[in-house]
Amino acid sequence: MKRYQNLLMVIAVVALVALPLWMIKKPAPGIAGKEVQIFAGTDDKAKNLVGAISPDYKPWFTPLMEPPGGEIGSLLFAVQAALGAGFIGYWYGCARTRAKCERAISTAVKC
Amino acid sequence: MHIMEGFLPATHAIGWSVASTPFVAYGLYSINKRIKEKPEQRMLLGVAAAFTFVLSALKMPSVTGSSSHPTGTGLGAILFGPAAMAPIGMVVLLFQAILLAHGGLTTLGANIFSMAIVGPFAAVTIFRLVRSTKLSFGPSVFLAASLADLLTYVTTSAQLAFAFPDPAGGFTASFAKFAAVFAVTQIPLAISEGLLTVVVMNALARFNAPELQEMNVTTTLEVKA
Repeated sequence: MKRYQNLLMVIAVVALVALPLWMIKKPAPGIAGKEVQIFAGTDDKAKNLVGAISPDYKPWFTPLMEPPGGEIGSLLFAVQAALGAGFIGYWYGCARTRAKCERAISTAVKC
Repeated sequence: MHIMEGFLPATHAIGWSVASTPFVAYGLYSINKRIKEKPEQRMLLGVAAAFTFVLSALKMPSVTGSSSHPTGTGLGAILFGPAAMAPIGMVVLLFQAILLAHGGLTTLGANIFSMAIVGPFAAVTIFRLVRSTKLSFGPSVFLAASLADLLTYVTTSAQLAFAFPDPAGGFTASFAKFAAVFAVTQIPLAISEGLLTVVVMNALARFNAPELQEMNVTTTLEVKA
């Protein structure tokens, strides 16, 4: 039962991610022929909102280093996720093997 | 949830940094102490940090047509206490601020405050509160992690509204606008984070039962069940 629970939760997460992709349709390009971007980051939207509320505000500091392109940005995000997922996988492997060995020892079978 | 580089007035940027510093310092102290006393918990600390790394790298689409990312701080907060997540969150935020121009150094203090302080403290408070009502382990973890995620983004909205009050409606009107961007987008993501936290917590409860019991996360009865 536990196993099914976990599987169902993972499926729910996939559905939660897939649902918006299916629900939100890309609007037709505007008059200027500019593509409308959907699923932009909320950070960017907040930046525009700051501009709307306080048009006089000027950011007083700029990032020291920006990824040289969108692809490089994705690379770094992927590295970040891979580092984390890699470690969780390592722990899971260790933990499973340890549990297996403990069981084997208690029943006096070689693991 | 990251406030972009330079997008907080200098006084606010300094104020939030000053507010976050003691939490980070105490968090470092508490992690060091814990690892010295119980070196076997090092692996779990790694899992907690890794979980935050993964989740805060995943930008997910939301029903509002915007994308955002979860925070992953609830898991570690429930395991190691809220303070421990402040330095861990700082590492993640620094990585993104320096290498990805996502968030920023001037807004680091404010971002630490929302993601690595308010989120974890909310997670632990909610977890203890719902556990005291005898709600079972899974749903408690879910509520704690997802509400902590949501509250992080509510905090970000409040921080921005505080810095940029609406010329007509003041803080409240501005907060409503920022919350419409951040908090509403976050709702499905918060649910995802809650579910993923339960999945990892289930695995931890299965393979690291003695540690979790020692940390007062699960009770004896539940470990056996």
